[in-house]
Amino acid sequence: MLNASLKELSKQLAEKKLSSVELTSFFLQRIKTLNPDYNAFITTNEEMSLAQAVDADKMLAKGEGGPLTGIPIAQKDIFCAKGWLTTCGSKMLSNFISPYDAGVIERFNLAGAVNIGKTNMDEFAMGSSNETSYYGIVRNPWDTKAVPGGSSGGAACSVAARLAPAATGTDTGGSIRQPAALCGISGIKPTYGLVSRYGMIAFASSLDQAGPMAKSAEDLALLLNVMVGFDARDSTSLQRAQEDYTSSLEKPLSGLRIGLPKEYFAKGMSQDVENAIDKALAEYRKLGAETVEVALPNAPLSIPVYYVLAPAEASSNLSRFDGVRYGHRAESYSGLTDMYRKSRAEGFGPEVKRRILIGTYVLSHGYYDAYYIKAQKLRRLIAQDFAEAYQQCDVIMGPTTPTVAFNLGEKSADPIQMYLSDIYTSAANLTGMPAMSIPIGFGEKNRPVGLHIIGNYFKEAQLLNVAHQYQRVTDWHLKSAV
Amino acid sequence: MQWEIVIGLEVHTQLSTQSKIFSGASTAYGAAPNTQACEVDLALPGVLPVLNKGAVERAIKFGLSVNAKINSPSVFARKNYFYPDLPKGYQISQFELPIVQGGSICMQVNGVEKNIRLTRAHLEEDAGKSLHEDFHGMTGIDLNRAGTPLLEIVSEPDMRSSAEAVAYAKTLHTLVRWIGICDGNMQEGSFRCDANVSVRPAGTVKLGTRCEIKNLNSFRFLEKAIDFEAHRQIEILEEGGTIRQETRLYDANKDETRTMRTKEDANDYRYFPDPDLLPLEVSVEWIEQVKQTLPELPQARRDRYMVEFGLSTYDVSVLTASREMADYFDAAVKLLPTQAKLCANWIMGEISGRLNKENMEISTCPVKPDDLAALLIRISDGTTSGKAAKTIFESLWLGECGKNVDAIIEAKGLKQISDDCAIEKLVDDVLAANVQQVTDYRNGKEKAFNSLIGQIMKAAQGKANPMQVNTILKKKLTKK
Amino acid sequence: MNLSLNDVKRIADLAYIEIDENQAEATLAQLSSIFNMIETMQSVDTSAIEPMFHSQSVSQRLREDIVTESDQRVLFQSIAPQVQEGLYLVPQVIE
Repeated sequence: MLNASLKELSKQLAEKKLSSVELTSFFLQRIKTLNPDYNAFITTNEEMSLAQAVDADKMLAKGEGGPLTGIPIAQKDIFCAKGWLTTCGSKMLSNFISPYDAGVIERFNLAGAVNIGKTNMDEFAMGSSNETSYYGIVRNPWDTKAVPGGSSGGAACSVAARLAPAATGTDTGGSIRQPAALCGISGIKPTYGLVSRYGMIAFASSLDQAGPMAKSAEDLALLLNVMVGFDARDSTSLQRAQEDYTSSLEKPLSGLRIGLPKEYFAKGMSQDVENAIDKALAEYRKLGAETVEVALPNAPLSIPVYYVLAPAEASSNLSRFDGVRYGHRAESYSGLTDMYRKSRAEGFGPEVKRRILIGTYVLSHGYYDAYYIKAQKLRRLIAQDFAEAYQQCDVIMGPTTPTVAFNLGEKSADPIQMYLSDIYTSAANLTGMPAMSIPIGFGEKNRPVGLHIIGNYFKEAQLLNVAHQYQRVTDWHLKSAV
Repeated sequence: MQWEIVIGLEVHTQLSTQSKIFSGASTAYGAAPNTQACEVDLALPGVLPVLNKGAVERAIKFGLSVNAKINSPSVFARKNYFYPDLPKGYQISQFELPIVQGGSICMQVNGVEKNIRLTRAHLEEDAGKSLHEDFHGMTGIDLNRAGTPLLEIVSEPDMRSSAEAVAYAKTLHTLVRWIGICDGNMQEGSFRCDANVSVRPAGTVKLGTRCEIKNLNSFRFLEKAIDFEAHRQIEILEEGGTIRQETRLYDANKDETRTMRTKEDANDYRYFPDPDLLPLEVSVEWIEQVKQTLPELPQARRDRYMVEFGLSTYDVSVLTASREMADYFDAAVKLLPTQAKLCANWIMGEISGRLNKENMEISTCPVKPDDLAALLIRISDGTTSGKAAKTIFESLWLGECGKNVDAIIEAKGLKQISDDCAIEKLVDDVLAANVQQVTDYRNGKEKAFNSLIGQIMKAAQGKANPMQVNTILKKKLTKK
Repeated sequence: MNLSLNDVKRIADLAYIEIDENQAEATLAQLSSIFNMIETMQSVDTSAIEPMFHSQSVSQRLREDIVTESDQRVLFQSIAPQVQEGLYLVPQVIE
């Protein structure tokens, strides 16, 4: 059960060799035993998880199950799940029992999957190390002195430590791909608009996108089949024909053109990461792919652009947390304005406040054009760079992160250093393109290295195919931290 | 010094949709607190807005009715500020690109036509309500109204007196109800005015510093607030002072305006395009479709009544005060096209008076346009007299005799004697019995004529057609 | 650009987040370095470029004007800090 793929688990469930209750109990037990070491989960609820497992077994007994029926999934605590404490990693929501289900949760429920618990994350998804969570740090299963990455740190850890067969994450600037890379698992951020944002607590609305995190590309394809779909409650949700992301996994890669942006292979990338990337590229050439150099001249501006746009949207998105209708309200205050100020000062952690302040500033009178509009223009230039690059290649590859996982506490005092963790990943959010990370080996201190694969809009199936073909001939994704 | 008052109005009209602008909660007025505030209206974490087609359609309707440009795309923006009745901490509104741009409204002030230019009209969401009483020093928040669609209609500073401002507001009020986009209920806050008021020396061009007076929810308050404010500003300027740009509140009890906030502590709203909503595109086909649903507009109706029926400006303006009234008139006059003036008089007189007395709307008037027409036909063909018609009207109102005019006339004996022979006989009888008065008349005593008429009418029990009596009597008296 | 302590206090004020003198000082230092990084944006001429507010060029989808929501006040107010008679209570709003 520990290392089985979703396909294998699904088969065992369908053949009644295993029940969902057994599988769910197994992982609940693992969480109970091991979560104190990792802190990957903020909330578990045995009763609710097992109730879902019982229902799943009934579905399976009637032969009505789908590929994910009965499979426990760790849900990032950013998704509202009815009856579940939903904190978004914040003290602000430490008492928020969601009265409704997010679109993503609904789709998993409908598929008969089991919610095994809510995973830890950076507060409001703002962070790259999971150190900004109000509910404590998460440890990297490969090395408990290292960060798991963020913001979906708990999700990545839960899969790497085999506390759950698969997990959901969200990605605003790299929050699926960066922790996937640092924890040695696979993760994909789909094209913006494919997965419903309804009920996913907003960080930066025009960049946020949910996606799956799992052990392999094949698992990701199965998860994506459930997660992707139109939701009328989300104005940015796209109406497209339903795709089967598993259908093209086995396509050979001969003739695939891999673009290597020279900007991503310049200074900044550490030697160990570069070595692993070189080996992975060599493997791809063996699989019949060719590599071409491409240019993304404006891509290095992704970080400043991102740190204008994401905080701007966040500053407004987080205004609803005022202690009036739900969430944290300060104990003592004098008057209405003071209640607001104190509730928000107490409810938000330092990184969240920092980003609210940045965002408030760049939108404020006299600075809007110089920062916000400027950044939106650069965003277009970055998107144009990618569009041009895709004239010469099918997918773009590079490192997911400049270094392997850093030590806990190493960068928490220096926001800029922390922000640079997303240097390769945030462009895919700015442009809305799909991108993923897969494990391709180990670097310093035997910590995992991730390969970043970026595709053109709606090329998820191609990305998964490219990743799966690599995973067919290598076994990095099968290595277990535990 | 002579001062000129300059006024521009911003009017918030609640659009008459079933559901809210960004959620599927009901907009019905008067529900128990927070029972019509859904997860989107409450701004629960993770919820998202989806735009109501009905609200957009109403905005298009308005734009077309004032000959404005319908912008496509238009863009929704967030206006950021904190207030407990604003759950998201921002209001979704339109800022740089509103759906309706330009246009104008033609109004009548003291019988003179004046055109007021519109700057724009944009879609936005209403806020909730704060209740200050009975909560031990706390304020209660009801979010039922939060998310109700509003069309904010902004005029150019084209008005020069409180009378003009009121005329404009009334014309607009009529229009939005006329085209069916707003119920116009001012008590319930469906139509709220903010007035921008400034003064300048007469004959100068540069606008003075303006003050905005918020939330004027009746035409009377609008008038009084502007009068007070203009007077206040003139007084300050005449004493050598300067006007401070600020937002003011009108206190109806004291009949004065007072400072709400100054420009200095005005909020920095940090407008930016709402990333949860995409640019709103309105196709030419859609605009054309909406155009087909537009009724004949008040101005066109007024012009038609004057040309077609020769009615006076006054009559026309009363008849077009509401679409229901005008439609009533149209339906009635269609059945007796040559008697438009009679028709107008009855609607403005008998019907309006009775409706007023009963506190009813013309749409629920028990006397329907065809009832009225049937009655008026009987007046004009001489079957019944104008005086008797009032009795018939009463019967129609009460629904007597199956609301059949002829049956009522029959049942109540209200038929007029219009037969010449019958009248001649009556006249002859009266003349024979009053030889003295006939002589008096012939000797130049004009008064005797009226006395004779009176006696004839009395003999006819009031049912003789007075015109005929008059003619026949005159003929008989001058005969010999 | 040079951010001042007053700027920090002003934006904290706009954001309704209480901040004391020490925090303001520390925040100033951090924000200054972040804005120095952000300043690198200004190196590119974007005068001829249109801003890109959304990654997909699609237009707003519209909802039919139908009431789809029913009363869930009891559930929604079960998580509220303070309610009375169906109203959310806040300290007195002074107008």
